[in-house]
Amino acid sequence: MRFLLVEDNTDLANSVSARLRLDGHAVDWAPDLRAADACLAGASYDLILLDITLPDGDGRDFLAKHRAMNRDTPVIVMTARNAVSDRVKLLDSGADDYVTKPFDFSELEARCRAVLRRRGGSARNVINFGGMEFDALAARITIGEKVRELRNRELRLLEILLSNPRSIYSKAQLCDRLFSYTEEPSENAIEVYVGRLRKKIEGCSARIETVRGVGYRITDA
Amino acid sequence: MDRGRFSSNSLGRRLLLQLLLVAAVLSALLYLAVRSVANQAAIAAHDNILGASATAIAEQLSASEGEVLIDIPYSAFSMLGAISEDRVFYRIDSDRTTITGYEDLPLPREVNARTAPQYYSSRFRDSDIRAVALERLITVDNLPVSVIIAVAQTRRGQDAITARVANTAAALGIGFFLVAGFMSWLATRSTVRPLHDVAGAIGRRGAHDLRDLKSPIPSELAPLVNSLNGFIARLRDALHRNETFMAEAAHHVRTPLATVRTQAEIALRQAETDESRKTLRSVIRAVDESSRSATQLLDHAMISYRSDQLARESFNYSELTADVIRGLIATAELKDLHIVSDIDTDLQYNGDKVLIECALHNMVDNAIKYSSDESRVDIRLNPVGGKIQFQVCDKGRGLGGSVQRDLTVRFKRGLNVSDVVGSGLGLTTVELVAQVHNGKFELVSRSGGGTCATLTL
Ligand SMILES: Nc1ncnc2c1ncn2[C@@H]1O[C@H](COP(=O)(O)OP(=O)(O)OP(=O)(O)O)[C@@H](O)[C@H]1O
Ligand SMILES: [Mg+2]
Repeated sequence: MRFLLVEDNTDLANSVSARLRLDGHAVDWAPDLRAADACLAGASYDLILLDITLPDGDGRDFLAKHRAMNRDTPVIVMTARNAVSDRVKLLDSGADDYVTKPFDFSELEARCRAVLRRRGGSARNVINFGGMEFDALAARITIGEKVRELRNRELRLLEILLSNPRSIYSKAQLCDRLFSYTEEPSENAIEVYVGRLRKKIEGCSARIETVRGVGYRITDA
Repeated sequence: MDRGRFSSNSLGRRLLLQLLLVAAVLSALLYLAVRSVANQAAIAAHDNILGASATAIAEQLSASEGEVLIDIPYSAFSMLGAISEDRVFYRIDSDRTTITGYEDLPLPREVNARTAPQYYSSRFRDSDIRAVALERLITVDNLPVSVIIAVAQTRRGQDAITARVANTAAALGIGFFLVAGFMSWLATRSTVRPLHDVAGAIGRRGAHDLRDLKSPIPSELAPLVNSLNGFIARLRDALHRNETFMAEAAHHVRTPLATVRTQAEIALRQAETDESRKTLRSVIRAVDESSRSATQLLDHAMISYRSDQLARESFNYSELTADVIRGLIATAELKDLHIVSDIDTDLQYNGDKVLIECALHNMVDNAIKYSSDESRVDIRLNPVGGKIQFQVCDKGRGLGGSVQRDLTVRFKRGLNVSDVVGSGLGLTTVELVAQVHNGKFELVSRSGGGTCATLTL
């Protein structure tokens, strides 16, 4: 997916960009509203991540203008305010959703997916691998005629494995990305999800291999 | 409000009293004026008849053989009898001796033939009388002789007229006073009404309504309303500055926290050893904990502040509930939770929207946080006996033996939740929201495992 990140704090912008790139997304960074306008004029984005407090104006004014111009790129606001009254106001101001700083990227991703899905999936990124068609937005895999729904963790697991096919992910790595950082899940839990995912992709040439003592990888051999 | 309308220090009362005082003075003056004018008119009329009677007698005076002759005409007394039943006295003196009539009938000190008849009041035989005296000079034996004619009449009839006139004047005065009083009351009311309108406009306002007063006001009130508006504007400014400050403070604290968390996530991706993984996870957890505490503390402070001055508005609970769920659905999805909501549509009730949003948010948030993966959360909103009931049931870990009374205490958390980030303020807030709305909050373990939280407002 292609993100436009509007955030004036350089450190945060850099790390958010780096983090999103880790998941294979493209990110353009605009440090203020003027730069954001320039970016939007020159390219099209799947999603805008918008900070509220910016050096040359308020993100909410940008939102209002954005909506008035009928640009339909969805906007997720990154807010530092999470007071109850702000929650209500933010959504009224035209944001599609919001995350509160500091935010969890799994949650951000889930919200992005939900927003895009609500918007009718304008940014379909369907991955074809080993004879299966994986639609992350719709949480679906299609193998031949068969369509299978994926649950959220199965979806994320498949996304992780497919982001770098054939390379090995350790159980710990998968744990870190599938479960919240606070709970310490047993590594067996991963096995459960791998098992389920294996069942769902049966019938095509893609397979999830266990690399004994190291982890898992997806191959299409 | 009505108590203030005419309380001891009220403008309305002062104005009314002053107007009533003026009306009372005017009524008294009216009474006196009417009475005295009517009295004078009555006396003048009486005097005219007395004068005519005396003149009629005087015209019959003649002299013969060195003597004054008098022939009192009948008409002289009949005209007096025509006006009342009062007794009539007369006295005719010639050369200072009474030749006929009552010789003790009082005379004025001086009667002069060249002047007009003299009218006077006096007492005679235990009665008040009104009398007239005139002098005529009669030539007797070529010498002028002074003849004084006095006619008097008791005043009972006239007194009766005077009393009648006084009664009428009094009735007029009282009537005037009543009408003036009523009009004063109307005038006072309409004069004071703009003040009450302003007071009412402010009184009816919600606790958080800081708009200027705009209702049309008389020019005399303009300075008051202007300074009131100035005050409101300063209050609004201060509040706004405060909010801006809070927002900026939050921004400055949370932005670096977000950087730390993101960097930690990136580092965790690249972590080689279990040791560093553990460290990074605890960094992230600490960040989440401080962020969560900040949010909950601020919310709790705001709710406590707001609960002193509830904004009671009617709003759509169904929409609010749907919004709350929508805000949390992504979090639930991460755990593959199945949220089943059964929300009656268009439930319109009164309450403080911000407070209730916060309560619902916390209840759903708890259910999601403490649910086991892939389980089901039931959310219901429906009216129960005139009240509205919001219920969240999960199939999570349950309360682990703790009871509601302990868990709603500030910063108190259950014994079975150490792995989940939380500050222990959520239920405190929910309980407070229930209290200020005269509602009830209930948290119970479900028999098959899990927890049910119910908020009835
Ligand atoms: N749905 C639930 N299932 C199990 N335990 C619950 C549930 N709701 C509340 N509790 C218990 O009540 C305690 C107090 O809840 P409360 O919401 O006040 O605090 P918290 O969730 O720990 O922190 P936070 O203030 O961040 O929400 C929790 O720590 C938990 O032990
Ligand atoms: Mg809670």
